[in-house]
Amino acid sequence: MSGLAPAPVASFLTDPNFKSVLYIIAFALFIIGLSGLTGPKTAVRGNRIAAVGMVIAVVATLLVDPFHNWLLIVAGLIVGTAIGVPAARKVKMTEMPQLVALFNGVGGGAVALISWAEFRQTGGFDDVATYVVVFSLFSAIVGSVSFWGSNIAFGKLQGLIDGGSISLGKAQLPVQGLIGLGAIGLAVAIATGADSELLIIGVLVLAGIFGILLVLPIGGADMPVVISLLNAFTGLAAAAAGVALDNQALIVAGMIVGASGTILTQQMAIAMNRTIVSVIVGGFGGSGTAAAAGPAGAGGGTVTSTSASDVAIQMAYARQVVVVPGYGMAVSQAQHAVREMAKLLEGKGVTVKYAIHPVAGRMPGHMNVLLAEADVPYEQLKEMDDINGEFSRTDVSLVIGANDVTNPDARNKADSPIYGMPILNVDESASTIVLKRSMSSGYAGIDNPLFVDPKTSMLFGDAKASVEAITEELKAL
Amino acid sequence: MSVQLPSAVLAAAEHGGSGASPLVTNLALVVLAGLVGYAVISKVPNTLHTPLMSGTNAIHGIVVLGGLLLLATGSDLGVVTQIILFVALVFGVVNVIGGFVVTDRMLEMFKAKPKAQVEATPDETKQVSR
Repeated sequence: MSGLAPAPVASFLTDPNFKSVLYIIAFALFIIGLSGLTGPKTAVRGNRIAAVGMVIAVVATLLVDPFHNWLLIVAGLIVGTAIGVPAARKVKMTEMPQLVALFNGVGGGAVALISWAEFRQTGGFDDVATYVVVFSLFSAIVGSVSFWGSNIAFGKLQGLIDGGSISLGKAQLPVQGLIGLGAIGLAVAIATGADSELLIIGVLVLAGIFGILLVLPIGGADMPVVISLLNAFTGLAAAAAGVALDNQALIVAGMIVGASGTILTQQMAIAMNRTIVSVIVGGFGGSGTAAAAGPAGAGGGTVTSTSASDVAIQMAYARQVVVVPGYGMAVSQAQHAVREMAKLLEGKGVTVKYAIHPVAGRMPGHMNVLLAEADVPYEQLKEMDDINGEFSRTDVSLVIGANDVTNPDARNKADSPIYGMPILNVDESASTIVLKRSMSSGYAGIDNPLFVDPKTSMLFGDAKASVEAITEELKAL
Repeated sequence: MSVQLPSAVLAAAEHGGSGASPLVTNLALVVLAGLVGYAVISKVPNTLHTPLMSGTNAIHGIVVLGGLLLLATGSDLGVVTQIILFVALVFGVVNVIGGFVVTDRMLEMFKAKPKAQVEATPDETKQVSR
């Protein structure tokens, strides 16, 4: 791109082949680093290896002669670091989904802005190969969708926007379709020769509105799927920008993220027994009518309520206790209290395990992070398939702020909206204790017969306060 | 910036005498990287999905390269373009650095911490003996 014949001294540093070699090293490090994430022991090193790859890629990119705008570049690096590092250091583990959404959003925003700058620099893509225009516009659209969509996801998770489903009802799909087509239409106009800057701004704005409309109708429990999907979007946008800029590091890194985001999204959708499309179209079960079930929660039957001291006694004399955490644990920041309680139980010879449903929380693996923060040993965290066979040998299951992922209707009741969703078979254990704020229903807005099961007793209140009360009783025993 | 990759796949694409267009070689990379990503990520257990997401999130911050490239090679950018690219650069840096730092923080928590417990025990016994 520099076009100038490099000076002899700098010739080897600015040789395109040298740069390509550095890029090859960089993306090899990304792949090696990500393979490290397959286990907790190698994961820290893996992440650092990937970071080293990133530094190499950045250095390689800056090996240009002549070098322009160095002041802006240095300032940008400093400002970005000054914003990103404190945010990453200070964030609470419960707020991790928001932060990931936010970081994802700015990444998408960067891609969109880069396309815009390219448009300006080339006078509306004059004298540029058609494929460059196409890939550039693709990254503009997807980047803008990702930026605005992620910001809405952030707003919902942070509680700035109503966490429930906000939609235009029946008009949602046609309106969204028209806006999407509008963005594509303007992009086609640009690709076929029009070069008014209003067109590219129009593309970015329409794509942004599309992103906002995409995420607004999606309710809290579906958030993990959306964040993962937007993550994949930003990756694909980055890869497209890489093709447009003829930058191989961008292509490889973007595609790896695109592929991983797609896999994760798919796995989560499977864990909820839904398709990605039905999540995006919104409303549980795809229709949104499930919410009409009302607040009854248990749908008749008698709820047995219990006290902290009874729970303590029951668990102290158990052989095995399985803790089933859900979003309620995250909301009340109960993870440290849970770990404290588990330590006391282990001191009394009780085996404690944790059953983690793949979509518990607001992000895949969210519960694992929280429990790891509280120093729960990695080996005690059991995935659904590993723990489900053990419930029949479990004396007490302690459900903390989880609901739909324990609902036996998913197994037994064919007309239930969540029928077919894999669940934790908590109802197979000898007894179940559910810590819950009130009898309100879960996100799906449906009854949970687990709560009226004769083997179940409910301990109402804030999860953290309840666990702390149980811990106090355990100490007194 | 021509692409010179030593791979047999790319060599096949370059059969046309004057060499393949960058588009074709780059599309080969798109396909290969996608497949590698799929293969690597499929092995990550559910328990590590949050760090995986934030780690891959950091990696797509590589878009920062796009901003750097356009700034470093742009000899006559207008002020508006400079502002746009500056914002893009800041966004990208936040994404990369923040992403790696927060992933590191999370993964540190997953590491076994036998040392901390071993250190704690003698301290307790000391207190008891006093």
